[in-house]
Amino acid sequence: MDAELPFRLELAGITKRFPGVVANDDVGFAVRPGEIHALLGENGAGKSTLVKMIYGILQPDAGTITWNGHPVVVPNPKAARKLGIGMVFQHFSLFEALTVLENIALGLDAKVPARELESRIRAIMQQYGLMLDPHRIVSTLSVGERQRIEIVRALLLEPQLLIMDEPTSVLTPQEVDQLFVVLRQLAQEGCSILYISHKLHEIKALCDTATILRGGKVVDTCDPKVETSRSMAEKMIGAGLKDIVKGKNRTFGAPRFSVKHLSLKSDAQFGVSLEDIGFEVRAGEIFGIAGVAGNGQNELLLALDGEVPVGRDAIVMDTTAVGELHPSERRKLGLCAVPEERHGHAAVSDFTLSDNTVLTARDRLRMVTGGLIKAGAAKTYTGEVITTFAVKALGPSATAGSLSGGNLQKYIMGREILQKPSVLVVSQPTWGVDAGAAAAIHQAIVDLAAQGSAVVVISQDLDELLALCDTLAVINSGRLSQKMVVGEVSIEEIGLLMGGVHGTAEETHIAPGAAHAVPA
Amino acid sequence: MQFRLEKRPQPSRLMLYAAPVLAVLLTMVAGAVLFSALGYNGIGAVLEIFTKPLTNPLKWQDLGVKAAPLIIIAVGLSIAYRANVWNIGAEGQYVAGALGGTAVALLTMKMQGPWILPVMILCGILAGMALAAIPAFLKTQLDVNEILTTLMLNYAVVQLLYFLLRTSWKDPMGFSFPKTPLFTASQSLPFLWPGTIMHWGVPTAIVVALVAWFVMSRSVFGFQVRVVGSAPNAARYGGFSAKRTVWLALLVSGGLAGLAGVLEAAGPFRQLVPAFPTGYGFTAIIVAFLGRLSPLGCVIAGLVLAISYVGGEVAQTTLGLPSAATGIFQGMLLFFLLAGDVFVRYRLKAVSTRPAGEAA
Repeated sequence: MDAELPFRLELAGITKRFPGVVANDDVGFAVRPGEIHALLGENGAGKSTLVKMIYGILQPDAGTITWNGHPVVVPNPKAARKLGIGMVFQHFSLFEALTVLENIALGLDAKVPARELESRIRAIMQQYGLMLDPHRIVSTLSVGERQRIEIVRALLLEPQLLIMDEPTSVLTPQEVDQLFVVLRQLAQEGCSILYISHKLHEIKALCDTATILRGGKVVDTCDPKVETSRSMAEKMIGAGLKDIVKGKNRTFGAPRFSVKHLSLKSDAQFGVSLEDIGFEVRAGEIFGIAGVAGNGQNELLLALDGEVPVGRDAIVMDTTAVGELHPSERRKLGLCAVPEERHGHAAVSDFTLSDNTVLTARDRLRMVTGGLIKAGAAKTYTGEVITTFAVKALGPSATAGSLSGGNLQKYIMGREILQKPSVLVVSQPTWGVDAGAAAAIHQAIVDLAAQGSAVVVISQDLDELLALCDTLAVINSGRLSQKMVVGEVSIEEIGLLMGGVHGTAEETHIAPGAAHAVPA
Repeated sequence: MQFRLEKRPQPSRLMLYAAPVLAVLLTMVAGAVLFSALGYNGIGAVLEIFTKPLTNPLKWQDLGVKAAPLIIIAVGLSIAYRANVWNIGAEGQYVAGALGGTAVALLTMKMQGPWILPVMILCGILAGMALAAIPAFLKTQLDVNEILTTLMLNYAVVQLLYFLLRTSWKDPMGFSFPKTPLFTASQSLPFLWPGTIMHWGVPTAIVVALVAWFVMSRSVFGFQVRVVGSAPNAARYGGFSAKRTVWLALLVSGGLAGLAGVLEAAGPFRQLVPAFPTGYGFTAIIVAFLGRLSPLGCVIAGLVLAISYVGGEVAQTTLGLPSAATGIFQGMLLFFLLAGDVFVRYRLKAVSTRPAGEAA
């Protein structure tokens, strides 16, 4: 690194207030040219707010941004791109029905003729080994390939600073490795990278420096190669880490929850059809379903909890075939579920917590007599959930929408777990939840299983599944792999399964400079 | 200095209840300005319309009689709208209710007994439900938009009314006028007190609102309607069927509109005439929204709209205001109410003129 050059980006005293919270409080750090700089912190630590100010989406209330030695104001993203700041968002903004080339052209500030653009795109893809056919329709691409579109789009502007917001949360382990190769090459050529993540082993593997944010403040700037994952995690959450306590010599009982030959055609345009899914979960077992987002996880959850009825014998609880039963009937038999989306699916945002309790607990906990709701019973149970799961809420009459994401998730998990289900199906149990709440949720799942329930955990977070589950399988394009025992299977193997069909299709389908696929 | 609408983190409860009050006040102000510009005594007109019906005890009965059908229909609509089922066909269901009741009346002209009126009322409710069942079927089986089907059925039913009045239902002793015979005493809604025009429909409206309030706030049915309306995915997850809710919402709102229709036919009208459809089914939409889709709110809102009807009539005779004035005031009321409702979820924020709002 050249120490003579001014810092590529230097922030000093950056403060941003929103009604009720200080999202960034006197934040300052500096990024050298060619440095890969990690911005580390839990959800809600203020990482996103900070990079939105660098990229011009938000304006700081106080503080200065210095760009290559000159103080600058970034009024909007267009100005940021003009300065040489590129950003790859966590959520892609792509048109599914258009080609890669059309999507990139739409995102550019300047109009570039298609032929010239294509040759520039091909040059960039060749240079960085980003393999992608410019004429493929986006809806046929995997998530990893879609991310490459966003990266190519950012690189076309020859940025001096590339901001990557949680880029690996949707990638398979192999795709993560490929991404890191590209990022290292970019850094070597002098482009600085601001890498936002909460995954510590990635930061140790990739980054030169890490700035750790907690509650909107910088708590430390350190060298991740020197720190341990544990020490960084503790700085990030500001407390000691709690490990999941599992009983020793766990034994499993009889099969409680079996799925056989479950197939379901998707009627949505870009939905995923489930094909011949089968697995069996025994009493006391925690079974994980890994996979990259959008491979049929949502469809599977809807089939398992009864929101979309399937064939009668496709799903069996203990000895009862429940495939045709509706959610209420399955709940009466002991099957509780937590879908991924909290607002508007697992909970109604503008209802009180008590009313949200009535939503799923009314039959199992006898909150209804003669068609009338026993408001008192709902309130008592809600209070119980709030205390047992340490939910930060004003009380049972607080609206679900007034809770933070982590607290709402704790409430929802608590609402289902305290109903003592014999089968619990959860999707993304700790998505967007801080480490403290995540640990509490994990422990509650383990404790439920210890009481003899069968638990299915659907998650994109492989680390979570490996820590939590006894067995797991991988879902890819609506198909589920064989069941594997955690501890006996390697991450590489799981990663290959996660990449599944996409990985092989990519190799046979696309090579740089290959003949154009037929445009649709 | 510029202003921008900014989403509130939480819907404002204050604005939720302030919006209808503001809408009424703004309607009065805008009405005064409008009628002054047209050369009338604007302030006088507004006072005449909005205060005369309240200050003159003789008009209180009129208020009750006008408010009763509005309240009954609006309570049904508020339940449907809560479930996100947009029944715009209350006018038709109201007429259908009257047709159902009248059919019984015409068959029982030579009979007597206390059972006749209850049968008429029952048939009125069933007729309203039957008409609402058509859009319910189309919506749940074929996914046809209920706004269009309910709206179009209004015109079909009114034409049916005209057809019947000119053919088989025409009073043979009626000098060829298109109207049914007058109902007999057994077929007419009795008055609360002799010598007044206050009929039993008025207390019925209050009872309907109270029952609906209890059901909506305490029962699983009310819960189901609210969940399906606010979060359809959560409703499915909670085990509530969306199709069942569409059926229930349309049957309840259609049945109540039918009840209002048969009460009106057996009460103030005592027969069916071509002038029977007076737009109560449309005005009740305003009542439902002004009453914040709450059954008890509909009682207050029903009285407010009844004031505009009664006051409009007063102003016609005393100030010579055109009869369209009532419609103008009701239209302005809905307009200001919908505009005010924007501020339940949004607020105005002053932004500096520096080009900072460009970021998307």
